[in-house]
Amino acid sequence: MLNAYRLHHAFADQTAVLDNVSLSLEAGEWLGLSGHSGAGKSTLGQLLAGHLAPQAGTIEVDGEALPRSGLQPVQWLPQAPELSVNPRWRVKRILEEAWTPPAELREAFGIEPGWLNRYPGALSGGELQRVCVLRALAPGVRCLVADEISSMLDPLTQLALWQALREVVDERRLGVLVISHDAALLERLCPRQLTLSEGRLSPSVRHGAQSA
Amino acid sequence: MLTIEHLTLQLPYYAPWWRRRWAEVLSDVSLELHPGEVHAVVGASGAGKSLLAHALLGLLPEPKRQTGRLTFHRQVLTAARQRQLRGRELALIPQSLDALDPLVRSQRQVSWAANRAGDARANAWQAAGQALTHYQLDERSKQAFPHELSGGMARRVLVAMAHVSHAQLIIADEPSVGLDPQQRDRVLDALAALARQGKAVLLITHDLRHALPIAQRVTLMRQGRCVETAFASAFQGDGDTLATDYAQALWQALPDNHFGVTPTAQAQNVA
Amino acid sequence: MSRAQPRRDALWMGAAIAVLLVALLSSRWWLGDTPGQMHFDARLAAPSLDHWLGTDALGRDLWARTLAGLSLSIGVGSLAALIGTFIALGMALLAMLGPRFDALVALVIDTLLSVPHLILLLLIAFALGGGTQAVIIAVAVTHWPRLARLLRAELLQLRHAPYIAMSRALGKSQCFVMVYHYLPQVLPQCVVGALLLFPHAILHEAALTFLGVGLDPSQPAIGLLLADAMRYLSSGVWWLGLFPGLGLLLVVLSLERLASHWRHAL
Repeated sequence: MLNAYRLHHAFADQTAVLDNVSLSLEAGEWLGLSGHSGAGKSTLGQLLAGHLAPQAGTIEVDGEALPRSGLQPVQWLPQAPELSVNPRWRVKRILEEAWTPPAELREAFGIEPGWLNRYPGALSGGELQRVCVLRALAPGVRCLVADEISSMLDPLTQLALWQALREVVDERRLGVLVISHDAALLERLCPRQLTLSEGRLSPSVRHGAQSA
Repeated sequence: MLTIEHLTLQLPYYAPWWRRRWAEVLSDVSLELHPGEVHAVVGASGAGKSLLAHALLGLLPEPKRQTGRLTFHRQVLTAARQRQLRGRELALIPQSLDALDPLVRSQRQVSWAANRAGDARANAWQAAGQALTHYQLDERSKQAFPHELSGGMARRVLVAMAHVSHAQLIIADEPSVGLDPQQRDRVLDALAALARQGKAVLLITHDLRHALPIAQRVTLMRQGRCVETAFASAFQGDGDTLATDYAQALWQALPDNHFGVTPTAQAQNVA
Repeated sequence: MSRAQPRRDALWMGAAIAVLLVALLSSRWWLGDTPGQMHFDARLAAPSLDHWLGTDALGRDLWARTLAGLSLSIGVGSLAALIGTFIALGMALLAMLGPRFDALVALVIDTLLSVPHLILLLLIAFALGGGTQAVIIAVAVTHWPRLARLLRAELLQLRHAPYIAMSRALGKSQCFVMVYHYLPQVLPQCVVGALLLFPHAILHEAALTFLGVGLDPSQPAIGLLLADAMRYLSSGVWWLGLFPGLGLLLVVLSLERLASHWRHAL
């Protein structure tokens, strides 16, 4: 479904962060991505979601290039939810920027009705992250790039987030690229895992994933 | 060495029409730190960990309402004493790397800390060099400016500053944030080394798994309260020896363990 | 100490100054035609109980004329400040459309700022043939660049905020981002900016009128009162210059104080 072919990206000083990177993600697949800090994981995530334009290479979803405007079929979820919401908007407006999630789904993500009238500053990082994840699940979205979305959360919140996400993803057969330092987490979530190192992707072969 | 008894802290917030209300951010927190020990305080963001650290050092802004007793070396820790001991007996390794002066090279920066702790200038320079070597920073990093250092190296410069201050109590606020596993292990090892020298280390972190390898005791915090203080060795297997349901649930929810919730834990989490 | 204090102060100051402004603006009604009434028996009279601030060469009451002049100045100043703020806001938002627009806006701002204020003012007012309209337009056109530069700097910080990129990725249009993300961010600056422009505009309106390219000579504008006073100053008629000058100073200073207070509070 999501195909990236021979992506190349270099910073202004000519050091290549991504060098001929190709990857494919099927519908309903959980793909893990690990690598050192600064290895270019986030750059790859932002390229796939259309936040950055690749300097070379192509990205296609279902055989079509990413649209120039309108809803992006690949949504990027960054680590810091505080930065990905407008601090002057109330939570309800943030959540419903692209679509209006049904109440059941809000409940599944543990988003309490009482939060909706507050400003994001009044929510904790974990609470806000759940709002951001649900916001990105608009109809028409095919893939998620989850970039360290649970690294700042306590284990219980982290678990609740992944469980809620897993239900939606399995039901809608979305593709998910999970970027994380946490080997144990990737092991739990993703049957297939890749490692990004010195601009190149290589499969990190592990034992099969156990379901939660 | 340091005893915290029933520490309760209230901070103001402003309701519409400029009314002032008080929010309780720490409630009845009691802890005891011993020399030679790493004591971890673990909790999610907003649990009050950093506020606890700042309360210990007397860094909280006025106005505030604080009750409870802090004792350091059997003497009550008053605001005046906190001011006097800060940077000498008590050291903070701050969460933000912005705490380093961007225009000063590492060694000079560390020597300032030594100087504040009472070392003569020449000695301070030498002590700074030795401390940086101790934390595996090479000659080049010693003469580097903060922006030339990686996150892990900058963090180790901060650890070296705490080291040269001869502080008896070192508070490390989220030292592992934003580091990849290798860098993180090096920083945590540096903290463990400080404890081996007989200092007390208060390690504040959101990730239980980072704390366990080096901590002797772990306090779990949640919404400003201490849920449980347990020996690090209790966090193993199914976590049966943990006293509270919350601690057990937290342990079980880790991806390394069950990555699931027990029925009791679920009830706890909702509550 | 408390964060509420400056906000409360700003509120009180705002209220007090609003009362003052309303009193000045409404003076048009309760003064009636007294500013134009001539008392030939009391020409160039010193301040007395009949004429609190004295009279001018045609025996017109200076107290009434000062109030009327200030009310006129405030009207012209607020209009000019409002228009200037709108231009500044529009230009700052325009700069957000892309690097090319940004360069263009920056060029216009820098060009206008490099020309001395008063010269530009005089040229524009002169070219438009003087009068109230010309003064308003001239003041508005020359005063927006400073505010626009401030707003643009504020918005530039936002341009790379992740939530802007997220909003676009969630399918929102450029226009939506402008109105709902960028605009609310700079609205407080706009309010303060307009308030800061206001006293400036009043001063420059008075200056233009003083120099003869401003308001109609038949209107009791502060600039005209001051220009008139110049002629009699050497003959010891001090009240003609002093009181309108003090009035202008009072209005301008109080607005300036209010604006700087609000800037800290918002």
